[in-house]
This record gives sequence, C-alpha cells and structure tokens, in this order.
Amino acid sequence: MLELIKNTIDFLSQPSISLTMILVAFPFVFPPTEKFDVWHRKLKLHKIWTKQGGLIGLVFITLYFFLGFTDEHFSLILKKPDNVPIIFIIYSVLFFLWLSMYQAYENDKRMAAGEPVAEYYPAKEKVLVWPDLVFIEFIALILMTVFLLIWSIALPAPLEQAANPTLSPNPAKAPWYFLGLQEMLVYFDPWIAGVLFPSLMILGLMAIPYFDRNKEGSGYYSFAQRRKSIFIFLYGWLVLWIFPIVVGTFFRGPNWNFFGPFEEWSVAKVVALSNVNLSDYIWVKMLRIGLPSNPLIRESVGIVFILAYFGVIPIVLARGKLRALLEKLGPIRYGLIVFLALAMMLLPIKMYLRWTLNLKYIIAIPEAFFNI
Amino acid sequence: MADNERKSLGSRITGSMVWTSIFRTPFPTTRSERLKSILNNVFLHLHPAKLSRHAVKLKYTWCMGGLSFYLFIVLTISGILLMFYYRPTVEYAYTDIVDLSEQVPMGIMREIHRWTAHMMVITVLLHMFRVFMTGSYKPPREFNWVVGVLLLTLTLFLSFTGYLLPWDQLAIWAITVGTNMARATPFLGHEGPGAALLAIGDINLVTMSSDVRFALLGGRFVGESALLRFYVLHCVALPFIIMIMMSVHFWRIRRDGNISGPL
Repeated sequence: MLELIKNTIDFLSQPSISLTMILVAFPFVFPPTEKFDVWHRKLKLHKIWTKQGGLIGLVFITLYFFLGFTDEHFSLILKKPDNVPIIFIIYSVLFFLWLSMYQAYENDKRMAAGEPVAEYYPAKEKVLVWPDLVFIEFIALILMTVFLLIWSIALPAPLEQAANPTLSPNPAKAPWYFLGLQEMLVYFDPWIAGVLFPSLMILGLMAIPYFDRNKEGSGYYSFAQRRKSIFIFLYGWLVLWIFPIVVGTFFRGPNWNFFGPFEEWSVAKVVALSNVNLSDYIWVKMLRIGLPSNPLIRESVGIVFILAYFGVIPIVLARGKLRALLEKLGPIRYGLIVFLALAMMLLPIKMYLRWTLNLKYIIAIPEAFFNI
Repeated sequence: MADNERKSLGSRITGSMVWTSIFRTPFPTTRSERLKSILNNVFLHLHPAKLSRHAVKLKYTWCMGGLSFYLFIVLTISGILLMFYYRPTVEYAYTDIVDLSEQVPMGIMREIHRWTAHMMVITVLLHMFRVFMTGSYKPPREFNWVVGVLLLTLTLFLSFTGYLLPWDQLAIWAITVGTNMARATPFLGHEGPGAALLAIGDINLVTMSSDVRFALLGGRFVGESALLRFYVLHCVALPFIIMIMMSVHFWRIRRDGNISGPL
C-alpha cells in the first residue's frame, strides 16, 4: 500500500504531469475572470482559503515530508543541509500564500457587504510607535535570533571535500535560488535561460507598478478587485520561480535526469536523448531533401513561428479580446505587457513541445549561438 | 545628602549627566515622551512617531521587511567576525573554514552566517510577496517597489558570491554552473548570440579571455582570482551598494507616506 502511494507520487511528480496539473488547476484556484470564479465556487475551491482549508493543506504537506523523511531515498535528499531551507521555503511560501488569500477573501466579503476592509481604522485612531511597534519588532527580532541559534547549533553548515577543478560532481547544482534557472537550461540554451529570462524577470517585476493601473486594492489584502494582476503575478511567482526550484532541488539527480522523490538517484539511469530540431522535422522528415546550407533558409519556418508568436499575436489580441486593455493603457504599455506575458508562456510551450514532439530547438543556428 | 542616599543605583545612572547627554528623553512614560523617544533617536526615527493601527499588526506586515533588515545586520556582524579568520586564497580558504568549526570550541559563526543568509533570501522574497498582495506598489510607492526589486537582486548576488568562499566542491561547482551561463550573454559572452559580430576584420573582440564571464571570474575558470573577486564583491562592493539602496528604500517609505494602508 505504501509502495503504491510512493509510486503514484513518483509518477505524478514528473514535470510533464505535475506542471499540467498545476496549469489546469491554476485558473480555477486563482480565478482571473468572473467566469472562472463561478466554477471556482461551484467546485468549492474557495474553501482552500479558509481556516479549515489551510489546516488540511498543512496536514497533507506534513504527511508528504513525513513520508519523505522515513523513505530511504528521499530522506537522503531532504537531509542535505543546504536543502533544509527549501523545505522551510515550501512551508513558508504556502503558509503566506494562504494567509494573504485568507485575508483577501475576508476583505472581499466585507466589501461585498458594504463594510470597510479589516485594515481600515478611522484616521484618528493612531497608535504610538513606542511602545506599540518597537516592542513587536523587538520580540520578532529575539524570536528570529533564537531560531537562528538553534538552527546553527543543530545543523552544521555543509562543507564537502576541498575544491577540485578536475573532479566535477554529478549532478553539479547551482545554489537553490538559482535552480529555477538551471532547470530552464533543460529546455533553453544558456543565453535564454541564464541571461534573457532572468533579465526579463527583473525588468518585468520592476515594471509591475507602471503596468498595473488599477487604483483599487492598494494598502489592503483583496482578490476580487485585482483578479488579473494577482493571477499573473502568482503564475510567475509559483509556476516560473518556486516550482522549478522545487523540481531542481528534489527531483533532479545524476546527469540532470528526473527522479521521483522516492526513487534512488542512480547514475545508471538511462534516458533516451532523441531530440530533434524543427528544421530537421521539416527538411529531412517531411520534405526529404536534406538541410539547406544557408542557415536563414534552413531555419525560416522557426523564424516565422517566433516572429508570428511575438508579432502577430499581440495584434490579433488587440483587435479581439484585449481591445479594452489597449484602449486603457495605450500602445507602448500594451505592447510591453503582451510581450512579457508571451515570454512567460514560452517556457511551458517549449516544455510541452519537448515532451510531445521531442523538439530540441524551434530556431537552431548553432553557428551564431542563436538557438531558441 | 539624605535624599541622595535613598536614590537607587539605576536612577543615579539614568539621572547622571553622561546618561542624559546621550538619551535626551527619560524612559518614556507619558505620551509626549513616547513621541519624543522616537524623534530623538537616530535609529528609531526610521519610524514615524505615530502609525495607523493596522500598520503594527503582524498579520498585515508579517514583519518581513524589518526582519530582512535585521538579518542583514546579523550577517554584517557575523561576516566581520569571519573575516578575521578567513583568507581568500586557494591555499588557505578551505582550511580556514575547516578550522572555524574544528579549532573553535562551539564554533558556529559560519553556521550563523550561512543559515542567516538563506533566511534573508527567504524573508526578502516573502516581503516582496506581501507588498504585492497588499497592492502596496501602487502610486505613490511605485519607485520604491523598483528599489525593492533591485535590493532583492542584490541579496541574491550577495548570497551567490558568498557561496564560493568556503572553496569546497559544493562551492566551486555551484559557481561554475552559475557563471557558465554568463558566457552565453548576448554580445558580451564568447558563446552568446551576436558576439561574433563584434570583430575587427578577423579578430574577435569577445573571446574566452575578454568576455563578461572573464570579467566576473578574473580568469577563464573558477580559480584564484575568481575567489578574490568574489571575496571583494561579497565583503565590500555589494554590501556598499546594498546599504545605499537600503537607505533610499527606507527614506522613500517615509517620504511616500509611510506604510501602505486603505484610505
């Protein structure tokens, strides 16, 4: 029975399956539109953001890690000293996600009933920073110090053999907060996964206040007033940042192969590498005439695809579904938002192309290190 | 004379000329003294003297910003202590780290530094998450959000540069993986798209010994000069920048109308 559960979890943890489940569930858990909200409530998913929902979630995650710590394979990974912060971050990210959504839903209820939000106090009701805030900070600081001291005494900092440039470990992993980028390296070349995407992430984050012109929902938790912006942010935060970190930390073993949490990290695991470029599909498999020598002709289909993806889709959307957005924000803001949104979608799209068609590159010009 | 003898030691100290010269206000008990205690103290005056009631609630702020700042201070102090013993050379770095735990009774300074660093990355990320979920980036605080994103980036770089310093297998290979991406930087990395365009005749300007990765490592691989560069970045350059940015961040919180809240 236990084996069956472990095998099921191993199976479900594969990125192709876990990501699909997350992507399908996402709009129902965080409904971006009123239509999804109807389903959200029909499926009773709003109960996640209640006290009972949070408690059930907590029990499930704890059971998962309990199973992990008692398993001979998973416990090896969980007990690595540098992986302990990841367990901590999973708990804290989910807890604070719940805490913010719980308060948002409480506030939404209050506002729907015409009451002020929970954060609202009449302007006259001010408190003095001494003692009301200074003491809270002091206590928080002491508790944090105690926590760090216990952690430091209980768990020695990792120290492996002295550096040896001739002996590379397998797998060689980046620090945990960059493992999301390393995970993207599976699907994209370093210039995209390691340089372009991180730059877009930083710039995109910085641009949020200039894109989100919704004046509502400033200074209090709320979801109903800011559905779309919260949906997009949580997609970036949970799906593009936290999820790849978890996959990269727990599920990537020797040769960066996927290993289910309860699977043994065996160097001998063989995964067939039969990835094919789009140009190979077209010139060799479909037309059977061999690759043209000029790289621009060879990759013309991929180039057209990418140009259409970033060039045509924004125009089509501007005439259709997103016309209101264009009119509200103007062409520059609209263009940048849609470009960043399309870039955010590029990762799952490439993942699915890899999983279904074994597609290696959409555009492959290794002569100029230009592969997408 | 008799009056003086009945005074306790504590009140003699707090009543002394030296004490009152340092702390202008006595231990605050009245409303005006409490207000003054914030205004007259350089550290406490990061805060306003009065706040809306919601702003001091833990469930609103999660205290994450304040804790991030506190963890930065813990990291600075423990980092300075570590700098007394640590020499950033290939010859000594690893053995110095070993000595920190082997030769010092109860030597946990490196543990404190490392776990605090992990913790700070987490608190900074969660602080960003809180600020987003309360919509606190909206005007008039939009620029402070930008500063905050820069602070997050700097926090990650600080943690990343520190990762190399123990000079063990974990360190050099994590940094190798991380910095290998830099060689693919468009135009500036020798394996990046467009780098071949930057050439004079047949001579490439962006090569393995002149690209952005070389600048970061001070060499073609993670070695002696990379260790020194990361040490200087970690202990001097990045803390210097992050402290300036933090000053801007805190200043702007006050200038932009203190902590966010419903109108």
